[in-house]
Amino acid sequence: MIVLVTGASGFLGCAVAAELVAGGHEVRTLQRRASGVVGAADVLGSITDADAVARATDGVDGVVHLAAKVSLAGAESEFRSVNVEGTRSLLAAAERAGVSRFVQVSSPSVAHVGSALMGVGAEPADPRRARGRYAQTKAEGELIALARDSSAMPVVAVRPHLVWGPGDTQLVERIVDRARRGRLPLLNGGTALIDSTYVNNAASGIAAALDRANEAHGRAYVLTNGEPRPVGELLAGICLAAGVQPPRWSIPAWLGRAAGAGIERVWAVRPGTDEPPMTEFLAEQLSTAHWFDQRDTRRDLSWAPSVSIDEGLSRLAEHYSR
Amino acid sequence: MSAGATLPPPGLPGLDVRFSHTIAVPGAGTDAGLVREWHYLDSGPELGRLGVTPIGTILAVHGNPTWSYLWRATVAESVRAAESGEPAWRVVAVDQVDMGFSERTDVHRPLAQRVADLDAFTRALAIDGPVVTLGHDWGGVVSLGWAVDHPDLLAGVALLNTAIHNPGGVPIPLPLRLAGARGMLAASTVATTAFLDTTLSLASPPLDASVRDAFRAPYRTADRRRAIGGFVADIPVDGRHESFAELERIAAGVARLDVPALMLWGPRDPIFSDRYLDDLVDRLPHADVHRFEGAGHLIAEDRPYADALSAWLDEHHDRLTEPRGPGREVDAGPVGPAGREDDAQSGASADPSFSPIWQRLEERRNDDAIAVVDMAPGGSRTPRRVSWRQLDDRVSRLAAGLHAVGVRKGDRVSLLVQPGATLSAVVYACLRIGAVVVVADAGLGVRGLTRAVRGSWPDVVIGETIGLTAARALGWPGIRISVARLPRVSAAALGVSYSLGDILQHGADADLPAVPAPDDDAAILFTSGSTGPAKGVAYTHRQLSALRDVLAEHFGVTEETGLVTGFAPFALLGPALGTRSVTPDMDVSSPRTLTAAAVAAAVRECDARMVFLSPAAILNVVDTAGALTPDDRDALAGVRTFLSTGAPVGTRLLESAAALMPNATPHTPYGMTECLLVTDVTLDVLREVADAPDAGVCVGSPIGSNRVLVSALDAEGRASGLPSDAPGVLGEIVVSAPHLKDHYDRLWLTDREAARDTDAPASADPDVRWHRTGDVGHLDADGRVWIEGRLPHVIVTVDGPIAPVGPEQAVERVDAVRRAAIVGVGPRLLRQVVAVVETLPPTTRPGLADPSLTRAVRDQVGLPLAAVLAVPTLPTDIRHNSKIDRSRLSLWAERMLAGSRPVAP
Repeated sequence: MIVLVTGASGFLGCAVAAELVAGGHEVRTLQRRASGVVGAADVLGSITDADAVARATDGVDGVVHLAAKVSLAGAESEFRSVNVEGTRSLLAAAERAGVSRFVQVSSPSVAHVGSALMGVGAEPADPRRARGRYAQTKAEGELIALARDSSAMPVVAVRPHLVWGPGDTQLVERIVDRARRGRLPLLNGGTALIDSTYVNNAASGIAAALDRANEAHGRAYVLTNGEPRPVGELLAGICLAAGVQPPRWSIPAWLGRAAGAGIERVWAVRPGTDEPPMTEFLAEQLSTAHWFDQRDTRRDLSWAPSVSIDEGLSRLAEHYSR
Repeated sequence: MSAGATLPPPGLPGLDVRFSHTIAVPGAGTDAGLVREWHYLDSGPELGRLGVTPIGTILAVHGNPTWSYLWRATVAESVRAAESGEPAWRVVAVDQVDMGFSERTDVHRPLAQRVADLDAFTRALAIDGPVVTLGHDWGGVVSLGWAVDHPDLLAGVALLNTAIHNPGGVPIPLPLRLAGARGMLAASTVATTAFLDTTLSLASPPLDASVRDAFRAPYRTADRRRAIGGFVADIPVDGRHESFAELERIAAGVARLDVPALMLWGPRDPIFSDRYLDDLVDRLPHADVHRFEGAGHLIAEDRPYADALSAWLDEHHDRLTEPRGPGREVDAGPVGPAGREDDAQSGASADPSFSPIWQRLEERRNDDAIAVVDMAPGGSRTPRRVSWRQLDDRVSRLAAGLHAVGVRKGDRVSLLVQPGATLSAVVYACLRIGAVVVVADAGLGVRGLTRAVRGSWPDVVIGETIGLTAARALGWPGIRISVARLPRVSAAALGVSYSLGDILQHGADADLPAVPAPDDDAAILFTSGSTGPAKGVAYTHRQLSALRDVLAEHFGVTEETGLVTGFAPFALLGPALGTRSVTPDMDVSSPRTLTAAAVAAAVRECDARMVFLSPAAILNVVDTAGALTPDDRDALAGVRTFLSTGAPVGTRLLESAAALMPNATPHTPYGMTECLLVTDVTLDVLREVADAPDAGVCVGSPIGSNRVLVSALDAEGRASGLPSDAPGVLGEIVVSAPHLKDHYDRLWLTDREAARDTDAPASADPDVRWHRTGDVGHLDADGRVWIEGRLPHVIVTVDGPIAPVGPEQAVERVDAVRRAAIVGVGPRLLRQVVAVVETLPPTTRPGLADPSLTRAVRDQVGLPLAAVLAVPTLPTDIRHNSKIDRSRLSLWAERMLAGSRPVAP
């Protein structure tokens, strides 16, 4: 099968493209920079560029859509043009190109309203109540994608939660960097239980969704390792793997949230060059439980994670020791 | 002025409009010659449409101020059963005249008229037998009126919180007195919706707003509420009331009914309290009774009464459907208050397999050797010694005296007396006359004890001043008898009628009544309440005697053994075993007060060969061993058998205790309030199995003819497997023994659950009674029992159920762990397993365990753990120092892991 992977220069997109290549598919990618995936053919361009999208989808059987603006801060219009309009135009192009299966890679945050989540399934995406611009626009994107589900082009949405692994600049590098500078507090002692997904599991889960699109279409699935851990333990594991001191100080969650909200407001008028050190959304993510019922995911996608968290942490340690 | 019947508005929650009907009924009594329109719910036409012939009819009568809507669940259940091809009862639920959506009249309707109205209704509807009446509140009285008037149709009676009698001298409940007072009556019941609203507010949990509105629907205006006032005014306050005679007639008729009876009760009812349940149980002693602890007056809304009713209808199907004819009820046997008179020859002598619990005591009645010793009676330092002769004399005189002051066979006597010679004498006196002793442990706490005492509704309370003070202050029922002779003023203040001294005097020249029969109830013991509200466990005389015999046989107790009893239930068995017994110097409600020296002194006192201690007491005895003198150690060296009873203890603790009694064989039997001795294991066997791969605590093999089976847990953690002796299967422990409890007191549904599926092949034997213990564990290949926790503490994960004790033992093998608890967090069937540990050295703040400890625990435990939390101390069950309160800990862990601020559990 010829498969288009969008956003393959990103951490997860790259892993998905590699997984599909390894699975014997002919893989094409679409993003602004070279993907670096061995065995894949890159189409360079933005998801917001209709011509590039049309070129990329031409002659393709399946699409895995990962390209997104992933950030904790930024103007709403930027999020919207990529996460909403980009998705809409890709879907239209895919239909025109006769694509026979479409996997929308989404995020559990599309259904988050800020309270603790314990053992929940994939609730419907809710752009009005999702927290933050990323989650809101991703929610819209997922709804648009699932609305295009048809027998001609089955659509599955997959929401990997908190993907991490060697080479991750989004999450792991930031954690390690902040911990190294002593700027990584735990909130409420870091006891909130959270699910996470080792990158290879996320990639194999997404490949499974593509494979099972005819059976699982029209639905969203949360994808995780199925091994929830206290956030403090996970952060400590990542820090220790990277050889830095794990976070040792804790602040009350309300303080983290309040500080996050304050910093977000300052960043909005006087943006720094980097991501804000703390946002209200991040504070919430670090202080409330987020773990999921994986029964439907595993059954419908005929998939199970192959790398445990412990194994993932050893691989991470190996990566940092090189 | 009359307004005809109407149909309820559509859309009331839970009520299908297809069930609503109206009928014109030719009136009776004051309505003779008139026609009244009734609204009623009826599943009959739906059953007809489905082609199902009903088994019979349930005639349901609501109380004041509700309407037939109260019975919607039973009506729906009738149709559900028919639709799924099961046998179905037709349900007819009336709105009484002037109530609900039935006709409004201007006619005054005292009780007799209401009973006549209902008769007119069933005639008009041509209701045929068999009929089971179902009533709530004053509807219960009306339904019973119909019941006693229709013996030819009546198959059974079912009642929810009602009352048919005001026991003499007891004022009617305060809320009704207020509502019935002049002026208040009209104001609260008719002009405003206060009475209606108060009644609806009694539901716990509270009613949904839509259900509340449905109850209010027929009572929107003062005109439509007039009968609510009429009902309240019709409560007979005394003999001069116009409805008194009718109430008395019904009450007397009920006592002659021998049809199956069901009573479902919500004890948190300010009006129809346990007092009235007790009165009804006296009249219908064969009734199946279930008190839903925590439920109130609107029991039909509070609890799944319709499920209980259909289970009961199934259980009694044959009795309920057997042919009946007029006049059957008059030849009922000796039931009801009249039947409580002693049957002259109900004695036990005819039964060779049975000797009464007081047999050995009576045999030694001329023996001046010491029978019972209190090392520190009432806190004094001088031991009190009672000989067999004295004890027997005391028992006989107390027995005769209690009988002389009116205590009868079957009466319940609540004992609030510390273990010791006095308690022993009182217990044997009660047993001798067939009074049922009620023993609740002070360890239940005031709330638990109050619930226990009120729930068992004793006729007599015998207590020390502190117990009687509580009884008075908390309004416990029963005639009060004081252990000590009290000054008149104090006696009056405590409502005390007699002292034990008075009773002895009354008994000096009174005759003893006939002995009770082996299968009469003898005692009600309360469970610890560590897993929900305390339950009363009823034993018959035969079962108590069996307990004595199995203890004597298994442990080789003879006249010369001598017992030291630091564990309450066994403290009472010395006289029954015919051997001397000593209560050591301790506060029995606080086992940790027992010292090693006190045990030694007690052993020396009676040259005891056998010592019983509770696990909590053992801890302290071991901790205080340093204070033992060489003399003390010599005395302890004479002990041959040592029992840790109450909860399994670890091998290490047992070894430490055994070291103090070097010539004793240490045993740790396994049992529960419902079956005090199930299995037994010695320290030697525990050492043998120390390296066995089995998870859990080994409690050994069944004693005597006892049997133990396992009902396997399914993937959802339910003990759904048929009881089996297959080894290595995790499930609920199911036990049988000759001394197994007879039943739970007034907990019919709990009784059913405890015996669920025990007629399976492995357990089939009509003579053997089985009991589901609520413990989980497995059997090994040698038939030994291993306990792995309590059923409610089983953690049901995506991968199946996990019992906590095995993983806890594994975690406790980590050096830095002092104690561990394994609990679950998250939703049912998706629970995540969490280890909570006390560390060495102790942590000062609750939170995540440090990374190295976490790793060590994960490596050791052998199952996926979501988290390892460390705490300064694990919460421990109030009753058992050694038992960790896993239920509480699991709620705490869930809050922590949801991200709450860290606090101690």
